[in-house]
Amino acid sequence: MLQRIKNAQLLMNAACGVTGRPINIMEVCGTHTVSIFRNGIRGMIPKSMKLLSGPGCPVCVTHQGYIDTVLELADRNDCLIATYGDMIRVPGKGGSLETKKTAGNVRIVLSSEDALQLAKENPSKTVVFIAVGFETTTPATAVAVKQAANEGIENFCILSNHKLVVPAMQALLSDENNRIDAFLCPGHVSVIIGYGAFKPITKQFRKPCVVAGFEPMQIIEGLAEICRQIIEGKPEAKTIYTAVVTEHGNQIAQGIISECFEPVDGYWRGLGKIPKSTLQLKEKYSKFDAFKRFGVTEKPENDTTGCRCGEVLCGLIDPPQCELFGRVCEPLTPVGPCMVSSEGACAAWFKYSKREKQNK
Amino acid sequence: MSQKEHDKILLAHGGGGQLSDQLIRKHILPRFANNTLSELTDSAKLNLDSKSICFTTDSYVVKPLFFPGGDIGKLAVCGTINDLAVSGARPVAMSLALIIEEGLAFEVLDKILDSIAATAAQNNVAIVTGDTKTVETGAADQIFINTAGIGVRLEGVELGFSNIKAGDKILINGSIGDHGMTVMSLRQDIGFKSQLKSDCAALADLTCKLLTETHGVKFMRDPTRGGLAATLNEIAQQTSFDIRINDADIPINPTVQAAADALGFDVLNIANEGKFVAVVAPEIADTCVNICRQHPLGQQAAIIGEIVKTDDAPVVETITKIGGRRIVQMPYGRELPRIC
Repeated sequence: MLQRIKNAQLLMNAACGVTGRPINIMEVCGTHTVSIFRNGIRGMIPKSMKLLSGPGCPVCVTHQGYIDTVLELADRNDCLIATYGDMIRVPGKGGSLETKKTAGNVRIVLSSEDALQLAKENPSKTVVFIAVGFETTTPATAVAVKQAANEGIENFCILSNHKLVVPAMQALLSDENNRIDAFLCPGHVSVIIGYGAFKPITKQFRKPCVVAGFEPMQIIEGLAEICRQIIEGKPEAKTIYTAVVTEHGNQIAQGIISECFEPVDGYWRGLGKIPKSTLQLKEKYSKFDAFKRFGVTEKPENDTTGCRCGEVLCGLIDPPQCELFGRVCEPLTPVGPCMVSSEGACAAWFKYSKREKQNK
Repeated sequence: MSQKEHDKILLAHGGGGQLSDQLIRKHILPRFANNTLSELTDSAKLNLDSKSICFTTDSYVVKPLFFPGGDIGKLAVCGTINDLAVSGARPVAMSLALIIEEGLAFEVLDKILDSIAATAAQNNVAIVTGDTKTVETGAADQIFINTAGIGVRLEGVELGFSNIKAGDKILINGSIGDHGMTVMSLRQDIGFKSQLKSDCAALADLTCKLLTETHGVKFMRDPTRGGLAATLNEIAQQTSFDIRINDADIPINPTVQAAADALGFDVLNIANEGKFVAVVAPEIADTCVNICRQHPLGQQAAIIGEIVKTDDAPVVETITKIGGRRIVQMPYGRELPRIC
């Protein structure tokens, strides 16, 4: 293993030599961010190579307006909110789901299947599943919706904020201020969409897109592969996570997604409105669409707290550059979503990196 | 009032009348019989053969009440024994206070009381005084237990932060995260099925052995809530020394690691109920590991790191399995399962 690490480091140093300037690589996935911190990888790469934490944590990219809509539904007596755990602490205008949880109408679930089960067990309430996540969690939501339709479970619906990874990466690169040289692409998402899905990015923007797994050696070798492409001047979409990621991905899962959902323009925290980036239930399943059932819409407002999560997600600043970081915004009292999820860039920085030492 | 047996706790069982008397005489006294308790006086009179005692208390509200490897009763005895054990004391006596929600089945209560009695007996700790209260449905979650314990301090043993010096080694008696991951995996909120088992155990036998057979154990603490990360950070903050640990040396059961990875938890932050961390002088580190490994509760004992001098504000740092370094922060409360 030591030899493999050394070889990778040689490639990284060589790439930095070729470019003659700092290389910025964005890891798109929150699980990569955490693994990079947990394994101390930032300290093992050349100083002139920088890792940017991108918009790959579902909690972090969730727009303030969506949270406000969730909170609005949580206040209704006829609703039971079923949510993944790390969504409950994201602050909206009127508190967070955690504050609603004590009132008894918010439940933490691990899957859309659990949410459907909750609906069966609570026939007097409408269970609203907070459907967030990228292509990794979307197929499971689609299966739950199909099952609800087949079994005639009327008191189940979803508030879809499922996101697509590729449009977000394209939006980042389209910003002229972006400083991204390459992407370390998400492992879980790529299992579904295949590494071929990143080809349009390498073609249009000429940036390497390399899929890696989450073990530290995978990440190091993924970074090394990016460096090899930079040295050779041949950016391509590639996987080194060959055990589970193929070029075309899981076509059954893709089929279920496209049977139930269609892409529409959607809001992302920090990135604003991105065309065809968010999934909405198709007409055929619209009775399971919580937006339609309750006549609510996502409010397109931005928050006014001074939180710079958006710039963090775009790789424009590192978390400590935000004035709120570590002062008013901490894991116990998060202002922005990147501090809430354990996979958020701010939380990972806060948790694993050496902060300004206080006076003894 | 009727003398008939009830199968569930009623509010009246805490009312101080006949039902209370029945609860105490039929369910509690027979299990914990000893001369001090049986007198049913307002306080227990103890004759201790030392002037130096340790005194501790803790409350137990675990959910679910029963879990692989233990239950709330065993936990209530072990937890208090362990607080005494890591203070350098041999536990002697304990109080037992029950706050019971009306409607709790006697079958459940009896099972918990059996477990308390068995654990206390195994560890030669007498339950010498106690209390029972009942509360209305919803005012408690089935049963809450408080225990307070008294232990006699081992002669010549002075544990404390002030003993700790740079170069001292950090010992743990076995794998971390077993209790917390077991309980979390069972909670309704998570509904995660697995082969996990809590490490819930009383440590006094092992700690007394370690403290009497060696000289140079400086400090001990049981890494319960907040896990190893919290305990090490407390040591760093209190001593102003850095702590450097090595991920590869920390014993973690593969199932615990897999469950933690799946839920996005850091095992260092997960609670233990049968573990102690000891800071020991470097020259006795190997001896301490050997003593632990000869004991059933120390088979996986290991030296996981050391105390390091710093001129800066102290931190806990770990060397990762691939040779990187990272800071281990004080955990910040509740761990939440992640999305994907």
